[in-house]
Amino acid sequence: MILLVDLCIEKDSLSKYEFVHPIADTIERSGFSVEIRHYSELARLMPEKFDKIILCGTALKDNYYTKHINSFSWIKCCGTPVLGICAGMQVIGSVFGGRIVPQQAIGLEAIEIIRASALLGEPRTIDGYHLHNFAVTVPDDFLLLAGCDAYAEAFKHKILSIYGIIFHPEVRNRWILERFTNL
Amino acid sequence: MTWTHDLVKLGVLFSGGKDSVFATYRAMQRNQVACLITLISQNPDSYMFHTPNIQRTSLQAEALGLPLLSRPTLGEKEKELQDLEAAIADARDEYGIEGVVTGAIESVYQAVRTQRICQALDLWCFNPLWQINQVDYLRQLLSEGFQVIITGVFAYPFDASWLGQELTLECVCRLEELWKRYKVSPSGEGGELETMVLDGPIFQKRLEILRSSRSYCNFSGRLLIEEIRLVDK
Repeated sequence: MILLVDLCIEKDSLSKYEFVHPIADTIERSGFSVEIRHYSELARLMPEKFDKIILCGTALKDNYYTKHINSFSWIKCCGTPVLGICAGMQVIGSVFGGRIVPQQAIGLEAIEIIRASALLGEPRTIDGYHLHNFAVTVPDDFLLLAGCDAYAEAFKHKILSIYGIIFHPEVRNRWILERFTNL
Repeated sequence: MTWTHDLVKLGVLFSGGKDSVFATYRAMQRNQVACLITLISQNPDSYMFHTPNIQRTSLQAEALGLPLLSRPTLGEKEKELQDLEAAIADARDEYGIEGVVTGAIESVYQAVRTQRICQALDLWCFNPLWQINQVDYLRQLLSEGFQVIITGVFAYPFDASWLGQELTLECVCRLEELWKRYKVSPSGEGGELETMVLDGPIFQKRLEILRSSRSYCNFSGRLLIEEIRLVDK
């Protein structure tokens, strides 16, 4: 069972169709079951009971989750593989000491994968769909997988299976979600 | 922690086709749709805007009980985006919308441009059909009670018999077969099909076509609706 965490401004928002359902659809078509929960509900859950966890993205204007970073401190000790997408990457970076910084991108852009990883494969350039007004700096305990220090496209914790990607893999890069489910 | 946010007033980019109507439906379930926004393009090959029978959106808006903000555009590739931005700005000023809803499914071109306009106008942007499985979506349209007809075909192997055809489960199966065989997008995302919605759960009245004609040549055709009326439900 894979837990999808909805980071949108409220439970069952109109954005859920756009940022959570496509992820759920991809994972279910890969043969895995999903449970979707809004981040406001996590206090009643035990994230460690799930096989994997994905923190989904939000609308361009929705940065409400940044007011509740403390709600995600469990990521540090849950021991479960975690993937953060866009807003989810910002949450992960922030929990581990990175800073959320202004960085706007809208649309398809080239992404340079600079380090081999189980999630993104070998170094090469791919196109990815971006939709964000903010990004996050790379925390000390993380390795940059794609992009550059000034603009991290993807990172991974040095030891734990915790990944972040700033672009949206549900658009043209669903293979990344499939790889994550199979880690 | 508690999360309570007021309903956001929204404007829907509205063509009268299945995608914008279903996006309206989803928006109305969670928020307040304050108006529909239609650009009447004079370019039948517009990159952004649905054109067959676009003049009929005023009757659809009446059937839905929603105000319609309609603006003309020449439909020239980037100029039409300026016209769209102006129309959305007018909707913000006239109806107080705080966000825009689109029926975009796969088109990064359309989605990116709408996102940028909303960003420039400091508005929310919602795409509640984004990346939806197209065959599942067509089935959902039917199960939710929408009456959809095909008003335009623009690709091989669609013949004239598709024009005016109502979307049925059998029709969805045929579209799924064409997708597997010819890679034709089942919901017409590549511009292969255009549709019009005549009725549905959010319609206060239904539309009835009294007279129409077909024009078709070389895998491209349109159903021209010549006379249509509202009927009580």
